[in-house]
Amino acid sequence: MIDFLNAFVALSNFVLIPAISYGAQLALGALGVTLIYGILRFSNFAHGDTMAFGAMCTILVTWLFQSWGISFGPLPTALLAMPFGILATMGLVLFTDRYVYKFYREQKAKPVILVIVSLGVMFILNGLVRFIIGPNDQRFSDGERFIISVREFKALTGLKEGLAFKTTQGITIVTAVIVVIALFWFLNRTRTGKSMRAYSDNEDLALLSGINPERVVMVTWLIVAALATIAGTLYGLDKSFKPFIFLQLLLPVFAAAIVGGLGSPLGAIAGGFTIAFSEVMITYAWKKVATYVVPEAWAPDTLVQLLSTDYKFAVSFVILIIVLLFRPTGLFAGKSV
Amino acid sequence: MSDSVRNTIYFAGVALLIIITGFVQSWNTALFILNFGLISAIMALGVNLQWGFAGLFNVGIMGFVALGGLATVLVSMPATPGAWQAGGAPVIGALMLGAATVVAAVILMTKMKAGKLRSFSVFGVLVVGFFVYRGLFDPAVGLIEDIDPAATGYLGGLGLPILFAWPAGGLLAAAVAWLIGKTALGLRSDYLAIATLGISEIIIAVMKNEDWLGRGVKNVVGLPRPAPYEVDLQSNTAFIERANGLGLDAVTASTLWVKLIYAGLFTVVLVILFVMAQRALHSPWGRMMRAIRDNEFAAEAMGKNVTARHLQIFVLGSAVCGIAGAMMTTLDGQLTPGTYQPLRFTFLIWVMVIVGGSGSNLGSVLGGFLIWWLWVMVEPMGSVLMNFVTYGMTDGYWLKDHLLESVAHMRLLTMGLVLLLVLRFSPRGLIPEK
Amino acid sequence: MSEPFLIGDSMTGGYGNGPDILHDCTIAVNKGEIAVIVGPNGAGKSTGMKAVFGMLSLNKGSVRLDGEDITALSPQDRVVKGMGFVPQTSNIFTSMTVEENLEMGAFIRRDNYKDTMTQIYDLFPILKEKRYQAAGELSGGQRQQVAVGRALMTQPKVLMLDEPTAGVSPIVMDELFDRIIEVARTGIPILMVEQNARQALEIADKGYVLVQGANAFTGTGKELLVDPEVRKSFLGG
Repeated sequence: MIDFLNAFVALSNFVLIPAISYGAQLALGALGVTLIYGILRFSNFAHGDTMAFGAMCTILVTWLFQSWGISFGPLPTALLAMPFGILATMGLVLFTDRYVYKFYREQKAKPVILVIVSLGVMFILNGLVRFIIGPNDQRFSDGERFIISVREFKALTGLKEGLAFKTTQGITIVTAVIVVIALFWFLNRTRTGKSMRAYSDNEDLALLSGINPERVVMVTWLIVAALATIAGTLYGLDKSFKPFIFLQLLLPVFAAAIVGGLGSPLGAIAGGFTIAFSEVMITYAWKKVATYVVPEAWAPDTLVQLLSTDYKFAVSFVILIIVLLFRPTGLFAGKSV
Repeated sequence: MSDSVRNTIYFAGVALLIIITGFVQSWNTALFILNFGLISAIMALGVNLQWGFAGLFNVGIMGFVALGGLATVLVSMPATPGAWQAGGAPVIGALMLGAATVVAAVILMTKMKAGKLRSFSVFGVLVVGFFVYRGLFDPAVGLIEDIDPAATGYLGGLGLPILFAWPAGGLLAAAVAWLIGKTALGLRSDYLAIATLGISEIIIAVMKNEDWLGRGVKNVVGLPRPAPYEVDLQSNTAFIERANGLGLDAVTASTLWVKLIYAGLFTVVLVILFVMAQRALHSPWGRMMRAIRDNEFAAEAMGKNVTARHLQIFVLGSAVCGIAGAMMTTLDGQLTPGTYQPLRFTFLIWVMVIVGGSGSNLGSVLGGFLIWWLWVMVEPMGSVLMNFVTYGMTDGYWLKDHLLESVAHMRLLTMGLVLLLVLRFSPRGLIPEK
Repeated sequence: MSEPFLIGDSMTGGYGNGPDILHDCTIAVNKGEIAVIVGPNGAGKSTGMKAVFGMLSLNKGSVRLDGEDITALSPQDRVVKGMGFVPQTSNIFTSMTVEENLEMGAFIRRDNYKDTMTQIYDLFPILKEKRYQAAGELSGGQRQQVAVGRALMTQPKVLMLDEPTAGVSPIVMDELFDRIIEVARTGIPILMVEQNARQALEIADKGYVLVQGANAFTGTGKELLVDPEVRKSFLGG
């Protein structure tokens, strides 16, 4: 019995908690991709770099606060700085929309042209972020490191296995829950939110109903900016901030959005967790958990790792391909146009 | 002004830029730009086949280029003594078994009736296949990688002349493109984009991690060359005399001469591929491709098999990228999987194609040269600019240091700006499609 | 004769810069009446209605609503002026609930629209029953009711329906016609395009038979039904 508890603790420590917080980050990123897709009808390749930009702004404000001696007690100062990062990112996306995307929208350009345009924006943002903060790793988390550390957990429970719950993981999960609830409340309960869904559902009819498309687009960008900044900051807090990482996040984020069904917010969340859990579970070495659960004689002598962690892209990719082959509209039937 | 006059002016302009670089900086830099420009032009031709002819949006160019690089190692390096005996057969066997597992699963999937039984059997085949594969594969790989890991630790290659690697790189890229095209073509365009983005990341991950194949991040250096070595030339009295006759010292002359040989080889390949692409464009096949691109539904209604045609051109375009990748690794003389970056190897090529003119082969070649020149020259030009901007600031002022340091990142900004400006104000590119 | 409430007067025009589809075509509807546009396939029935709604550019002619010239207004502005339009296809928000569809119909209204919604639920009881279901899950006839309900939410002064019975079974069609008559009884003039000419003319106060984008026959519904020319050439004897 105690073995099973130990096994469960090890499982939570190495699989469940990391996968949940990673899944939350992916879900927030995928929500941004899916909203842009639903309203502006293109896959925004600049989204990863929008996340990087938002995180960078947050970091700069965090450093400013730290230099002023402002702190948030046991919580990271970055949480205080995040609203400013969001504002800056909102300014950025409204600027790019006004001076870049709007032109093509008015021309009714094909979606693929908008995708290429977003590649250009991606280049510029990527360069801008590196230009301002440099290409190196930046740490900016402060406050308590752990909600519960391995030592405390062992002392508390007397179990052989320890469980560490990092503050950043806790914050990620709590923030993601709050953000998702707020977003769904907005989309389902407010007039503006409903008009966004209507526009996403049937553009022509939305126009006939007097919904102002430019307003819908603007609100969408504002929400996306907030989501991207939050996702980028949480990822940066939890792992570390490195500009090029966000380009690599693009693949799992897109995979999450497509697996869930492009254009479907609920799907983006499901997709985020699907990708995160598969990635973590397939690249985790199960030896530790297995030794507790199976009789000693059967204890594995290898790592029991299905794939090396270097292949975590491959996991999102394979799931993506399977979904594309068998259910091209995604788990939560998004748009397939 | 007629088209041909305009095009001549464009190409003369790019040639002039390179020549000026030669005078201002050095002829080595100029030839370096020329050589990579030739390779870039070939990559742009490949992407133009896919995008310009058929409207396929491939953002996995990096992967196909890297496969070409891998081909140089597999073709030209000597086989590592003892490696094949140690684990060659089991590794190949395991890979074939892995492939057989997937094929078996696919056959089950198509032949059996949908239901629980099918799900179970497919799942079962995959799981059993996977573990047998790992059981066979892991120990064999261990054996291979243990052979003198500091110098080899991989299977090695066939030991053939490196020029054979160029077509081989194309074939390798084509094979992978066929697989990915088979699954992702026929779905909406964004999906192909994401799928290719994914496959290119996976190709790089495989090349970084499968040490038995290409030494991974330990790199393979000292690839055989199709051109003589500079040191040999420098000790060759006949060469030294000729160099001195031209008023050059032997070291400079040898580096220039080697680069010129490469340039000659690359030019031959570019010309062959360009002529082929041009003939394809004006053939009935090319006209059909463009008809499909412009109106897929109409083409389908006329009985064209759109997906099959797309697969064809996707494979061809990727093969061209593979050839270019093999040429580039040949020029580098080493395979360094860690240096493949999507911004440089995928998105930059896109900028070339779009700036040059989507659908125009000549435009792609022009874009390849021009954008590559810009890519290399942005840094020196940027530092001149930054020195100018920071001229009034005192030394050691943080902003000055920061600005001077950040010059390296101006490349991406510039490329993004160029792409957006061209898309906005000249969406058909410098040499528009006719 | 006094000026009709809504009139598309001698309209000539086509889509974009394409050839003219309408030739000197006049369509009008009076207060409290149902006007029906019928005609063979490709006669420009829907085009005529879209012209009245401002979805194509007119080279000649004008559109007047309650005496006011609205020829230059965009469709959106015409909605604000009091025109309700139900397109033939994709005329509902499939992923949204019935009630949300109605809410979106009232998007331009800033006042309280609860009363209107109650009226619509009285008119279409089935919608009240299914108010929290996604509209895309409803049957064809129910979807048309949602579409009409959505258009009614703006409290339009005139309602325009583009083939409301396309693709529904005959029984559902009869029911839809009954509903449309009920809507007309609430005092809203209705202009509609119909494939099912006979049934439509039976309920019509005014009928327009279009052929090749021009008025071929005009009269009350009854007149047209008994007109030997119309019967022979168009209603099939």
